[in-house]
Amino acid sequence: MATETHEAAGHAAEAMQGGHEAAAPGMPQLDFSTWGNQIFWLLVTLVVIYFVLSRIALPRIAAVLAERQGTITNDIAKAEELKAKALDAEEAYNKALAEARAEAQRIGAEAKAEMQAELDTAVAKADAEIAVKLAEGEKVIAEIRANALDSIKDVAKDTAAEIIAALGSEADAKTVDAAVAARIKG
Amino acid sequence: MASEAHGAETGGLVFHPMDQFIVKPLFGGDTIEWYTITNATLWMGLAVVAVILMMVLGTSRRAMIPSRSQSIGELAYGFVYKMVEDVTGKDAVKFFPYVMTLFLFIVFANFLGLLPMSFATTSHFAVTVVLALLVFLSVTILGLVKHGLGFLGLFWVSSAPLALRPILAIIELISYFVRPVSHSIRLAGNVMAGHAVIKVFAGFAAIAVVSPVSVLAITAMYGLEVLVAFIQAYVFTILTCVYLKDALHPSH
Repeated sequence: MATETHEAAGHAAEAMQGGHEAAAPGMPQLDFSTWGNQIFWLLVTLVVIYFVLSRIALPRIAAVLAERQGTITNDIAKAEELKAKALDAEEAYNKALAEARAEAQRIGAEAKAEMQAELDTAVAKADAEIAVKLAEGEKVIAEIRANALDSIKDVAKDTAAEIIAALGSEADAKTVDAAVAARIKG
Repeated sequence: MASEAHGAETGGLVFHPMDQFIVKPLFGGDTIEWYTITNATLWMGLAVVAVILMMVLGTSRRAMIPSRSQSIGELAYGFVYKMVEDVTGKDAVKFFPYVMTLFLFIVFANFLGLLPMSFATTSHFAVTVVLALLVFLSVTILGLVKHGLGFLGLFWVSSAPLALRPILAIIELISYFVRPVSHSIRLAGNVMAGHAVIKVFAGFAAIAVVSPVSVLAITAMYGLEVLVAFIQAYVFTILTCVYLKDALHPSH
């Protein structure tokens, strides 16, 4: 293939000099004299690219990508951990808040109960005092009433005796007493 | 390259849209031996340099937070890795460097070929046929080594009615052997056609009246070619993955 004089090259050279020549091989692609050369250099090219890629470039890029993936995964895991921590903190805060609220409620209820108890005792005490006073008053009233009854009896006896005396007869004390008692009862 | 000037000088329209694909020795001489350093060699070498720049120098800092260049390298890595994983399966990850080599070479050869005055190595059947045959042979050998004769089950569609199976087997067999042809011609054909069309429009630019239209057309074609450059690399790579999948899991 290489022994044939290369018409195309000659043609190109002439064309540059301004000469005229019909395009010698219709398609340079079908000029098989150049195939060996192209195939040889193509194989060299492919082998070089293959080795550069498989030995240097691809492992390097794969390593970088894997490393980046690892970093991203780690970062995500870390972020998730932090998020869980934040959630825990929030939970703890809420719990503390609820506890404090319950405590406050408990203290309030206790104070209320205490006050209620105090009030109850005070009321009871006051009630008792009032009852005592009432009883005392009733006693006094009963005494007064008894006294008054006695006084009425005395006055009635005296009056009866006087009336009888004024009518001119002697009153027998016993009879008068009995009559008065009977009347008063009566 | 020289054709526009050439056409303008002679006054008529002379198109040499295919001249850009001529392989010529870089340092003089007329003969092209297999070791001769040609423009094809130069642009393949530049593709290697570009790959090294992007994949090795770009990632040399191994930064946890990637720089722009490192991001591009990682993006390319992730793109092809995911393609291999999704299309071929997890057990095919060991072929990832091979697929990545194909993808990066084609993508850089395509894009470097879009530079003005450059040489598109992937427009040559010599290149794409070798690439496609490499895939075809490795897939076939891999399938036969891994599954033995069971690999031939690829052609025996067991889900089809029994009567249809021999016919389907012939169709499958033909389609299997057409694979490297379509695989290689698709890539070279797309790249070559695009470059040739741009060149034809460039030839028209020699006429002053048409030149604005021609320049616009070149711009539009160039935009399309940028798309094609990537899409063809992608298609070549994903087909490689599909073929690899056939070798690893030959059942339909």
